[in-house]
Amino acid sequence: MESLPSDQIAAVRRIVAQHRERPGPLLEVLHAIQATLGYVPEGAVPVVAEELNLSRAEVHGVVTFYHFFRRHRPGAHTVSLCQAESCQAMGAEALARHARQRLGIDFHQTTADGRFSLEPIYCLGNCACSPAAMIDGQLHGRLTPEAFDALVAQGSPAK
Amino acid sequence: MTATVYVPGDAGALSVGAGEVAAAIAAEAKRRGMKLNLIRNGSRGAYWLEPLIEVQTPRERCAYGPVRAADVASLFATDFLNGGKHPLSLGLTDSIPWLKGQQRLTFERVGVIDPSSVADYVKHGGYKGLERALTLTGAAVVQAVTASGLRGRGGAAFPTGIKWKTVLEQSAPQKYVTCNADEGDSGTFADRMLMEGDPLLLIEGMTIAGIAVGATQGYIYLRAEYPHAHAALKTAIAAAYQAQYLGANVAGSGKRFDLEVRLGAGAYICGEETSMLESLEGKRGEVRVRPPLPAIKGLFGQPTIVNNVVTLTSVPWILAQGAEAYANFGMGKSRGTLPIQLAGNIRRGGLVERAFGLTLRELLYDIGGGTATGRPIRAVQVGGPLGAYIPPAHFDTAVDYEALAGVGAMLGHGGIVVFDDSVDMARMARYAMEFCAIESCGKCTPCRIGSTRGVEVIDRILAGVEGERNVRLLEELCETMVQGSLCGLGGMAPFPVQSALKHFREDFRARV
Repeated sequence: MESLPSDQIAAVRRIVAQHRERPGPLLEVLHAIQATLGYVPEGAVPVVAEELNLSRAEVHGVVTFYHFFRRHRPGAHTVSLCQAESCQAMGAEALARHARQRLGIDFHQTTADGRFSLEPIYCLGNCACSPAAMIDGQLHGRLTPEAFDALVAQGSPAK
Repeated sequence: MTATVYVPGDAGALSVGAGEVAAAIAAEAKRRGMKLNLIRNGSRGAYWLEPLIEVQTPRERCAYGPVRAADVASLFATDFLNGGKHPLSLGLTDSIPWLKGQQRLTFERVGVIDPSSVADYVKHGGYKGLERALTLTGAAVVQAVTASGLRGRGGAAFPTGIKWKTVLEQSAPQKYVTCNADEGDSGTFADRMLMEGDPLLLIEGMTIAGIAVGATQGYIYLRAEYPHAHAALKTAIAAAYQAQYLGANVAGSGKRFDLEVRLGAGAYICGEETSMLESLEGKRGEVRVRPPLPAIKGLFGQPTIVNNVVTLTSVPWILAQGAEAYANFGMGKSRGTLPIQLAGNIRRGGLVERAFGLTLRELLYDIGGGTATGRPIRAVQVGGPLGAYIPPAHFDTAVDYEALAGVGAMLGHGGIVVFDDSVDMARMARYAMEFCAIESCGKCTPCRIGSTRGVEVIDRILAGVEGERNVRLLEELCETMVQGSLCGLGGMAPFPVQSALKHFREDFRARV
């Protein structure tokens, strides 16, 4: 297991201390760790377990249950393409093929240069503007392959 | 006089360029040395016209759309700030036929007000429901909700008043009100629009629930896919505390109600109520065996109301206008209005709030205008990924809990996803099983294993391996999952598969 650098261990301990007194704090703690470090490193699990008086298995079980928690460092930009029914009805599968080809990676992968991670997502609540995608927290609707290329070319623009 | 312009800050409107439009309007006003009051409202729900901007004229609000940033200079040139004519003019917002035909009770303020302002909320009739509730006993509030006929809008359609009554009758050191805002069904966005466009309405609904049943703590369980709603809720909760509509002395009543938002983490199953409670407790979102009901033993083992966003936001209107006024809308056992979401391949998609009873045909053609691609509609899926696929032969069915059940479908959260004739229904059936496999919590075997086997069996059918035998096997597997699963995920994931087999059997042929 990768061990965490001491500054990150300190950061994790600080996060737990902020949330410890709240009822059922584990998800809140993991969200805060991911927001701070970009992902939930394997090495954070025993630290959280110890601080919250839980077993490692319990913490590991929660981290791995939820799709949102990443266990590896993501690319600089995370591209999440909606693959649910509404977007499928408007060409999401073709768009996903295009995106894989354009970025040269499959879902759940990161480009070799570390710039983009590609993830499937199941509904962004933008179903009247399908197909939809989220790039670094910005929602995009009525997405075409051309618009996708423009967004990727910009790295990730502000909306 | 400073002109007032409304540009939606709604995530859906932003996704098609409302942010750029707002920036362009601010920049153009600055260039012209004009002062503007730019308000970021919610969406009116006419997504086919987004970005839809509005100008407050001395008479009423005038709408323009869909506006691109490049249109802004010409809008100023034609004096849109005084309702000037422009190719994108839509006339008075309230006269747009698509909106005018609606019956907006729950959504009456969405797209109208500044969602971050308590003053604007109150000015438009907000907190009237709470005011009324504070003059009543808890039992009388619960009675009003029961008399309104309100049923859970999340999908299960359980009578809300009965759920509340159970919680009211418990004696416990702590009770909770939880809002299920894990709107995971594809084709649905009503919860998101409400939380972004009128978040104080949800806060008011939960406060009424808390005061009615004696719960002092509320949690909104919000899906992580909704960062815009998260920001809107946090802003509104802070504003409500500031105005003392939350906290130790709600609206001067001496009663306490505290509220916070908790984020989910991308698990569809957490829309199931017991799984949501596990997740709120910081655990894996595995479903609980019922009984005990959450109303008796819910969050942290205490009596807990679990209601969907639309359910809770329907309550303030019921209290303010009276249970009977609400029950006067609707048909049969489906009382009140339903926010219907038209999605997928549809020309005029968006949010349609109407009394129960419209037919699918009216929704899809008269309101929705048919498909966006212009091809014939082949199927619609109502009620999310666990809902049945409905063929055109059933389009005269009314949108009502019982009528849809009568054709083997379900209303769910009111989302309708439209597919044109290019859809491959065997692939959609395969996707239903695949989705169930991805999202199964793993607690029960029929769901965890059945969904994976379902994908494999469909693959064999499509590969031409013992087609007939495997179709029979798929039907048996569906039956096993329906009968044997612990919750609605495994128990209903077969519905789209069974309906595809029933209505679109010709698609289950071997592929070369």
